[in-house]
Amino acid sequence: MKKIEAIIRPEKLEDVKKALESKGIVAMTVSDVKGRGEQKGIKLQFRGRTMEVDLLPKVKIEIIVEDSKVDTVIKTIADAARTGRYGDGKIFVIPVEKSVRVRTGEVEK
Amino acid sequence: MTGHISAGDTAWLLAATALVMLMTPGLGLFYGGMVRKKNVLSMIALSFIAYAIVSIQWVIYGFSLAFGHDIHGFIGDLCYFLLPNFYNMVWPGTSVPALVYVAFQLVFAAITLAIITSACAERIKLSAFIVFGLLWTTFVYDPLAHWVWGGGWSASLGALDFAGGTVVHISSGFGALALALVIGKRSGFGEYDMEPHNIPMTLLGAALLWFGWFGFNAGSAVAANASAANAFLVTNTAAAAAGLSWMFASWIKEGKPGSLGFVSGAVAGLVAITPAAGYVGVPGSIVIGIVVGILCYNMMLFRISRGLDESLDAWAVHGMGGLWGAIATGIFATKAVSDYSGLIYGNVHQFVVQIIAAFAAVAYAFVVTFILAKIVDAVIGLRVTEEEEYVGLDISQHGETAYA
Repeated sequence: MKKIEAIIRPEKLEDVKKALESKGIVAMTVSDVKGRGEQKGIKLQFRGRTMEVDLLPKVKIEIIVEDSKVDTVIKTIADAARTGRYGDGKIFVIPVEKSVRVRTGEVEK
Repeated sequence: MTGHISAGDTAWLLAATALVMLMTPGLGLFYGGMVRKKNVLSMIALSFIAYAIVSIQWVIYGFSLAFGHDIHGFIGDLCYFLLPNFYNMVWPGTSVPALVYVAFQLVFAAITLAIITSACAERIKLSAFIVFGLLWTTFVYDPLAHWVWGGGWSASLGALDFAGGTVVHISSGFGALALALVIGKRSGFGEYDMEPHNIPMTLLGAALLWFGWFGFNAGSAVAANASAANAFLVTNTAAAAAGLSWMFASWIKEGKPGSLGFVSGAVAGLVAITPAAGYVGVPGSIVIGIVVGILCYNMMLFRISRGLDESLDAWAVHGMGGLWGAIATGIFATKAVSDYSGLIYGNVHQFVVQIIAAFAAVAYAFVVTFILAKIVDAVIGLRVTEEEEYVGLDISQHGETAYA
């Protein structure tokens, strides 16, 4: 079991959600976050002076899936979230030991 | 000093002016809640800035262009440049000091420019708006105010516009349509959702608009009398009827009635009753309200279906609502509340005159706004850069953020 953590553009969330749904991936946790990558945010050239917006709003999606689905999920998210410009985000894959369904106590490893 | 000052009329007009003033920041909140959170300060600031630009322009020469001596029915001359000798003047045809009349007319001109900011929400360069705003209030608002209230051709023709259905709402609504076409869509419009970020803020703004509108319409009697009382009551009635009719229309179409839809309807009702408030009675105001709620809701759907990013629906609500109000004045005007009657009492002439005046305002506002926007765009550029738009106007234009 793996956790897939994707940091994407907020405006791409709907597209990513729909794309995942079409692949049968429904369960997810979404949060508003701020962040920056290698470019250190966006630099605005403003009448000769430079203004840095160094933390940009992003959305973090967390999804727990069986190992066999990891590649599909990554590809689906990347394809749906891509604009081709700096700031499209990153995807991380993290091992998960177990998950417990609160309602029933059912354990998955 | 000419004429006689009535303390009652003057007191009411001073209070009404302050009520209308509150509408402009109220409109800022109304619009501010509807944009994304990265542009909320920009949206509210645009209303304040519009208010301030017109406040200065109006006392220097705007009032004169609107109310100065008539030049060919089109515009006033500069005889009231900087309001000479106004201190002791009683405004002709009223029993209030000329200075309070100037102030009362000023707050109308100010909110009209603020309404247009709907069209350029989340993408206009602040400096370009200041230039455009000054040009627009000078070349669109002032002539239109002259046509209708300053003794221009529309008034001579006998067109009725009690509180500014054509001057304020048709002009800003159709001006917004033209500006939206010139400035272009927001980046990402139609590709992903741009949901309102704070509906309670919009509801609060709508409440302030509704409240201030009593000054707008009842104040337009320019007296504390029965006509003001009639305007007050029909204003409230039309707003309530339109809020409910938009709500029911959206309930039927979308399955759930949104609070945003309700207040949009109420504002549409306030718009539609504006030209009619001194000429129609309570029954007329109910019909005007019910029709405008359904009409403006469908105009909004039409606007969206055409992929047109007139972002906050000034055209659908103020433009089309104002057009309906101007025509409805010619239908429902009754001798029970004024000297005029409309189509349902057999006065075809008034109905035709209303249509001519309304469509002339539509054409003038649209064409002149389009030209002014093109000029400003060509000379200094209307839009911010793509990156400035992406990070939001709050940071890029004001260096501030609304929420931590």
